[in-house]
Amino acid sequence: MRISMDLELQDIPGQLIHVLAPISELSGNIMSIVHHHDKKTFRNTVPVYVIFDIEEQKLEELKEKLEERGITIVRIGKMRLRARTHILLIGHIIHTDLRETVDHIDGTGFAEVQDLSLSMPAIDGPSSAVVTIMATGIGELKRAISMLRDVAEKKDLLMIEPIEERSTIGGVAYAEQ
Amino acid sequence: MQNNSPPLRVSIIGFGAVGQGVATLLQDLPHVEVVAVADSRGVALTPNLGTLLSRKRAGRPIANSDLTALEVIRTIEHDIVVEVTPTNIENGEPGLTHMREAIKNRRSIVTSNKGPLVVAFHELVQLARENDVALRYEATVGGAMPIINLVRETLAGNRILDIMGVLNGTCNYILTRMAEEALDYDQVLSEAQDMGIAEADPTYDVMGIDTASKVVILANSFFDKNVTYADVAVTGIDRITPDALRLAHQRGFAIKLIGEVQELTVSPKMIPIGHPLNVGGTLNAASILTDHAGEITVAGKGAGSIETASAIVSDILSIQKERC
Ligand SMILES: NC(=O)c1ccc[n+]([C@@H]2O[C@H](COP(=O)([O-])OP(=O)(O)OC[C@H]3O[C@@H](n4cnc5c(N)ncnc54)[C@H](OP(=O)(O)O)[C@@H]3O)[C@@H](O)[C@H]2O)c1
Repeated sequence: MRISMDLELQDIPGQLIHVLAPISELSGNIMSIVHHHDKKTFRNTVPVYVIFDIEEQKLEELKEKLEERGITIVRIGKMRLRARTHILLIGHIIHTDLRETVDHIDGTGFAEVQDLSLSMPAIDGPSSAVVTIMATGIGELKRAISMLRDVAEKKDLLMIEPIEERSTIGGVAYAEQ
Repeated sequence: MQNNSPPLRVSIIGFGAVGQGVATLLQDLPHVEVVAVADSRGVALTPNLGTLLSRKRAGRPIANSDLTALEVIRTIEHDIVVEVTPTNIENGEPGLTHMREAIKNRRSIVTSNKGPLVVAFHELVQLARENDVALRYEATVGGAMPIINLVRETLAGNRILDIMGVLNGTCNYILTRMAEEALDYDQVLSEAQDMGIAEADPTYDVMGIDTASKVVILANSFFDKNVTYADVAVTGIDRITPDALRLAHQRGFAIKLIGEVQELTVSPKMIPIGHPLNVGGTLNAASILTDHAGEITVAGKGAGSIETASAIVSDILSIQKERC
């Protein structure tokens, strides 16, 4: 399950490791960390925003571990990814370009790339990829799609999206789960 | 039908696939009289349609007069000009001049030629209104598939919220074959050219220009817009790979070239395999979103001589009914 946490750390060097270590000890996978050095609180702590995947039953244990290390948990958000779509890309797809965008989407906190399959291109031929994106809602999904569209435009890739459902709000292809 | 009313007098301007189809079907309609047929080389006056069709098919000239098509439109007394010359979406000619002159001479128009409607839609509609004649163009969008008259007449009680569709049979054939046989675009294109499904120069179809023309006609007809080809964002099908079709299929989608009328876009899109727009081969399909009737999808043959002619004949018969 994807979790977002607002934390407060003491403003002394080396604190971040106290956040990262317990998450990886519990086999969590960190997607994004934002460290707000410039937004010190009146308690003289630094706010940190972290997004990670972890098994749901390990969450309690993680909270205990963080608190033991003197970290204040301000808020825990459980992301429910309810909207999903597939996007096709065709062209001279360079894995690193795509990887960067995937990381970017994963770091939003509202969307996640669930699957990315790239076909083996013929020599010099274009390759084709399908990217499966999930997001917390239709609006969030559209924001993630537009990140992908930016890359497609910049790298001259043909991007093929699903048609939009018109008879209901949202999308056929944007299956709500 | 009123046997005592005078026959409806019709000219056929353009005697290619569609013009010949119209002539073939009109042979069997007793209350329609063809006063002239024109091709690019000349005009046949009061023709015997059977004889004329055999001459044309044998590659012989059809002219029996020295009139031009334009002179027929201006000077020969008749009710309806069937304008079926080639489509030109840059200046609409020669169709646009034919249509303007026909309307000014108070003749109704039935056409399959998209060019004049893409270039000068509102001018022609306005001119027809001022001269109290009909301008009917069912065959321009989707060939035999009913859409213009369906929306205008049958769905009249509804507000039309959007129309999207698979509006080009050539593209649909290519994408269908690529998906079924895992063949490359180039391979299937040459196969389609051999079969006469794609033109020697396929640009107009595969680059989405034809679909965009239809989007323009629908947008101007039903969405209170005043747009031309340049207003449509167009992407063709030439970059699609069999791999992409396979990846899409594995996730439950087909890829089709879709024209979206409200958005004014033409581009390849994924549609769920079970979606009613997922038609195969050279078929066309359109789905019309209405406020009361919900979503309505039609499908049918988007091209073909007799198929397209059938839409023209149905427009001719509607005009005949209106005047009775
Ligand atoms: N074919 C289809 O299935 C289909 C479907 C929907 C819409 N349409 C549209 O319907 C129209 C006709 O299509 P088509 O397939 O019949 O085309 P086509 O086979 O190329 O026939 C065009 C005809 O127009 C004649 N022509 C050209 N310039 C002329 C002029 N200045 N005056 C008089 N006649 C002229 C040609 O003469 P020659 O015979 O001497 O060359 C030919 O007979 C096009 O606008 C097309 O886009 C076609």
